Amino acid sequence: MSDPMNDIRASFFIECEELLEGLFDALQTMSDGSADDETINVAFRAVHSIKGGAGAFALDQVVSFAHHFETAMDDVRSGKLAPSDDLVQLFFRCGDILSDLVRAARDETTVDAALVDPVLEELGKYSTSPDSGEAEEEISDFQPLTLDLGDLGAPADGADDDFDALLASLPPLPSDDEPQEPVARTVVFRPEPELYKSGNEPLFLLRSLGELRPSAVRLDFDPDSAPGARMTWTVEFDDPVKCEMVEEVFEFVQGLCTLSFGSDASPRESVPAEEAAGTFAPADLPMDKIPEPASPTSDVAPPLATIDPAATDEDGPAEATTAMPGGAPKGGAAPKNMASPTVRVDLSRVDRLVNLVGELVINQAMLSQSVAQSSLGSNTAITSGLEEFLQLTRDIQESVMMIRAQPVKSLFQRMSRIVREASAAVGKKVVLTTDGENTEIDKTVIERLADPLTHMIRNAVDHGLEKTEDRQAAGKPAEGQVRLSASHKSGRVVIEVSDDGGGINRPKVRQIAIDKGLIPEDAALTDGEIDQLLFMPGFSTATTVSNLSGRGVGMDVVKNAITALGGRISITSHAGKGTTFSISLPLTLAVLDGMVVSVAGEALVMPLNAIVETLTLDGESVRRLGPNSNVVLVRESFVPLLDLGVELGYRAPKENYAGAIALLSGQEDGHRAALVVDSIEDQRQVVIKGIQDSYGRVPGVAAATILGDGQIALILDPSDLIQNSSGQSRAPANIEAV
Amino acid sequence: MTADTTNAAPDPSAPHEIELLSFRVEDHEYSVDIMSVREIRGWTRTTSLPHSPSYVRGVINLRGTVLPVIDLAMRLGMDPTEPDDRNVIIVIDVDGRTLGLRVDAVSDILTLPTEKLRSPPEIAADENQTFLRALTIIDERMVRVLDLSSIMPDIGEVAA
Repeated sequence: MSDPMNDIRASFFIECEELLEGLFDALQTMSDGSADDETINVAFRAVHSIKGGAGAFALDQVVSFAHHFETAMDDVRSGKLAPSDDLVQLFFRCGDILSDLVRAARDETTVDAALVDPVLEELGKYSTSPDSGEAEEEISDFQPLTLDLGDLGAPADGADDDFDALLASLPPLPSDDEPQEPVARTVVFRPEPELYKSGNEPLFLLRSLGELRPSAVRLDFDPDSAPGARMTWTVEFDDPVKCEMVEEVFEFVQGLCTLSFGSDASPRESVPAEEAAGTFAPADLPMDKIPEPASPTSDVAPPLATIDPAATDEDGPAEATTAMPGGAPKGGAAPKNMASPTVRVDLSRVDRLVNLVGELVINQAMLSQSVAQSSLGSNTAITSGLEEFLQLTRDIQESVMMIRAQPVKSLFQRMSRIVREASAAVGKKVVLTTDGENTEIDKTVIERLADPLTHMIRNAVDHGLEKTEDRQAAGKPAEGQVRLSASHKSGRVVIEVSDDGGGINRPKVRQIAIDKGLIPEDAALTDGEIDQLLFMPGFSTATTVSNLSGRGVGMDVVKNAITALGGRISITSHAGKGTTFSISLPLTLAVLDGMVVSVAGEALVMPLNAIVETLTLDGESVRRLGPNSNVVLVRESFVPLLDLGVELGYRAPKENYAGAIALLSGQEDGHRAALVVDSIEDQRQVVIKGIQDSYGRVPGVAAATILGDGQIALILDPSDLIQNSSGQSRAPANIEAV
Repeated sequence: MTADTTNAAPDPSAPHEIELLSFRVEDHEYSVDIMSVREIRGWTRTTSLPHSPSYVRGVINLRGTVLPVIDLAMRLGMDPTEPDDRNVIIVIDVDGRTLGLRVDAVSDILTLPTEKLRSPPEIAADENQTFLRALTIIDERMVRVLDLSSIMPDIGEVAA
């Protein structure tokens, strides 16, 4: 009993999230100044739909707040209020509170009235309608209709008493707010031969239609029509019936009959015989008449709306609504809402699919390998079939990954709220600009990015940007800029948080690190190394607790969160100009493009995105730096040479690296290294299998995968390898860092 | 120790009996509680893990999951030997994790009353001591019952 209700409730809250997203979108457009009339309507509809849904679940707090919010927006919509910047900002805050209220309702908690009331008060200041309180509350369910009727001169207030009568006496209106339910007085039903063939009985259909209390039924028999399509019933009603209810009756014969609705009260007179004959064309009439029985062949034809038998449920009423008033000539109006249909799927089902596809990829590789090893020629049907199989597997895999991918937009919207709150808390004027919000990333990644990104945004507002006075003194605009951008870059997603503040105060950072004993007092650090200190555990402190950053959760937590997602974070900072944090993330957590290499007889996978190029070392380019460390000269810069066999403890260092093959690996922070391997085997997609759960973390190894032969190959973590390379090569690694 | 093993015994009519899977490691006979054994597999080549303790042979593909394999002989302090095709991997569940043990050969399933199990004498000098849970004598042979929890490499230690 409670389960279906819970489901509906759950889907209401999911819808709310979407509606809120739409609301913020519209508000953003308004604040950008690029709004048109439709924008405020979109915002209004979002709030209104939330209110409507919340009303159904008796979420009074949401309803009452949404009501006030909506009232103010309606004033803007009707031109009573000008959408000034201040008002739009207020709307943003209202949106924030509405989100809070909705979430609180979902989690069955409450929102502190101290948060809500000041905003309501401010909204009240803008209110132009004195009766926005109780009176309208009563009729709130009908409100959008009331507003529309206002255009016709109907009183907006106190309309609830005679509302039904009013509605009944009026022709249905096209409505922007909610699709008004189409009604009909005449229903014309003409079975196609297929209806009889498929065993349906018109009698039962008419009998059910009889439950809607028709006033008269007329049967037309056209002996000239094709056998089986000769009978047409016209059912008339005294009171208009909802088209939807009629369609329900005919639900099972959809597509097997022609069903049309008329809104005229006395169809007998206004549907003359020739109209009926014209509508239900004999077989020798041009075929194009048939799908449009309501086409205006007669001048006196009443406005009839056609339900295309193939039309979906959603299209039907929409067409009927647009076609009915004022004798619109045709029922063929294009459906106005072009949003593509969506399906909500439990995430665990998608994950299961992702896993299965992963297994399929491995299996496919195994199959290819065993066919290659068999004595079959390369031109047999098996191999060409396998080629296609390979292509299909790739396509399936990509499609499955696409299911999990989501635009980062929702995440960015949350961040714009963080900026609003953070800037209010520290009293700075801050503008957030976002870029690339349609960039798609794996859903899990988006979810797990929220916390680190929140922290970074707060940091940017709190620490990154200077105080307003300092900004003006430095000749910068008073308003600080925080920029959030997402983009695809060589198979990864790069998210950047940048501010136009003063940049990292390196002497101060250094001093803090010394004070906390993180570095020795006389440590000689490059700028890049000082910046990295921000990521050290224990650097951030709880002594400077503001409401904002400095809660003791430092950038090290941010870094760990990003690393756990397979991402990297780096900083660039210019004194006086600002700081940019750049996060680079894999597109998906499940597969990776890698290069299969062999080192000391072991197969290893190197993530392809970490490889800049492959080199064959010659004797000239490798220089010995210390007893066991080498650098290689690549295009006039020295890059540390790491022997993977040594780094992974598989073998002793070689005497001479001339002729060896190396992968030049580059990272976001500019660190590079040449990794020596024995041979390069293959380049392919691999499915990532975690080893942390079964074994624990292995230095230099990110995960494992299963190769075509069923063997496990380790996936390397080049940044870990380079940063924690064995002591001897540590020194040259810093050359690149400068 | 006796309490949980008796509960897990398959035959309820003999609550005081325990079933052990016994196997050979070099020339010594060891055994584990059969309830923790998930399956027994033939030897397959392992993929070695860098920077792992010597007794961690590596990982194998167990139907799509990554299974770490421990060389029991080396874990017990015996001399390393090259695995051959007659070796087997006993897949065990221990403390919620799954682990493979490389042994020379599986020999028998032993059913014995729990009271025949003896606590191992405390001889601190012998390194193997820490891995034993009990000892017993069957047909004049000494059978050692392994303490599986202590066999598993400590994740913290490995990650360091």
